Amino acid sequence: MSERMIELEVLRYDPEQDEAPRFQTYTVPYREDWVVLDAINYVKDELDRTLSYRWSCHMAVCGSCGMLIDGEPALSCHTFLRDCPDKIRIEPLQNFPVERDLVVVMDDFMDKLESVKPYVVPKEEKNIDDGEYLQTPAELARYKQYTACINCLLCYSACPQYALNDSFVGPAALAIAHRYNLDSRDVGRSARDDVVASNPGIWECSFVGACSEVCPKSVDPAAAIQQTKIASTADYFMKFLMPWKRK
Amino acid sequence: MDAGRGPDMNQSNKPVIWGLFAAGGTVSAFLVPVLILITCFAVPLGLLPTDTLSYEHLHELLQNLLIKLITFAVLFLIIWHAAHRMRITAHDLGIRADTVVMLICYGIAAGGSLLMFLALLKI
Amino acid sequence: MSRRPYVREISGTSWWLRHPRYVRYMAREISALFIGIYVLILMAGLFRLSQGEAAYEEFLAKAEGPVGMIFAIIAMVFAVYHSYTWFQVTPKAMPLMIGSKRIPGSFIVAAHWIGFAIASVALWMLAGDRI
Repeated sequence: MSERMIELEVLRYDPEQDEAPRFQTYTVPYREDWVVLDAINYVKDELDRTLSYRWSCHMAVCGSCGMLIDGEPALSCHTFLRDCPDKIRIEPLQNFPVERDLVVVMDDFMDKLESVKPYVVPKEEKNIDDGEYLQTPAELARYKQYTACINCLLCYSACPQYALNDSFVGPAALAIAHRYNLDSRDVGRSARDDVVASNPGIWECSFVGACSEVCPKSVDPAAAIQQTKIASTADYFMKFLMPWKRK
Repeated sequence: MDAGRGPDMNQSNKPVIWGLFAAGGTVSAFLVPVLILITCFAVPLGLLPTDTLSYEHLHELLQNLLIKLITFAVLFLIIWHAAHRMRITAHDLGIRADTVVMLICYGIAAGGSLLMFLALLKI
Repeated sequence: MSRRPYVREISGTSWWLRHPRYVRYMAREISALFIGIYVLILMAGLFRLSQGEAAYEEFLAKAEGPVGMIFAIIAMVFAVYHSYTWFQVTPKAMPLMIGSKRIPGSFIVAAHWIGFAIASVALWMLAGDRI
């Protein structure tokens, strides 16, 4: 009985040689316990050393190995060969410029992540000697799910609004902003509004929900954005009705 | 993909539009199915008395100021919701002339609302 | 070594045909078109009502004709789909917590359907003069 083989149809792009990306097919052995990343590593080790791609932890916590697997944004370390057909199409993440082969340019996301102030903005500067911030389990539960983001960019790949308009701040950045806005130690919500509550911020989102569907960590960025819309709308009306009230 | 350009820093007036959209969506979700049932199917199918949609009955029902206000508010919110969603859909289908789309969508909503307002005033 | 990032564009008009989840999204969005047309018809009806019996009877005849009925069926399907999708996403937009525990989304969705039933019955009874 011959060994079962899997065909990987990989989108290649060499900026120094190619005008445009092109597909190249590799045949790899099927292993019951392999993920797509293992198959790609096999290609690089045994078949074609020129193949470029990002990966690191191989356990869905670093967020490096995001790519399109049969058109769907997925982590290659998180997608088992046994769950895929015998011919798998592998492409770099959609909605980002392709640097080379499966490597995309992430700069746009990095800028946006930075712009939402992804850190606790405390009410007042605290000395180490003053001790730690205290937080109840209930206060933690409010924002905990949004801390799980691994910046894998699958959500940006799935988001049609980001595809149609790349000035959209995007799911992950807005989810992280929400994580800090909900944190009881943080008072930075109004500082983040410049970016978050702007037109290319939450208001570009039309609640397609694809981001949450592809998120490997169940962060649910769509929910984060909708909650921010409600909070922002409430803020807006409060400003008119009760302008003396501080946020 | 311009990595250097920062996001738009202007304060948005979207909260008003979105607030009305959300209110209208909620009202639609709760009321439109039964409204369609009553106005389109119930009388022909004999589930409600034949005079439910008659001129006399409706004219009488809408004499009540509270009924007029509620009717206006409900239909206003629903048409606003629909108009905004259509604006978004136009964008989703690749139509980029947002100002024109906005004028058409909100214009139709405003026109319908005005028509309704004048009608309720007269009844 | 020179960098020359390649931008892969997507179709602005047909991107949503590429996956069922986007088709469902479009169906949800299009529901607003039919709901909107239905409400415009109601508004026209109110206007005709204000113009007197003859004008209103003319309106009613057209609305209850074959075209009107076909539209009503289509509008009903989309209206219910709108309700279904709207209730489905409400728990995401308004998560309710008791202490550290989150109330399951299914509870919130069920509560909305109950509210839907109550509102429907109430409006039905108002129309039939039973209130």
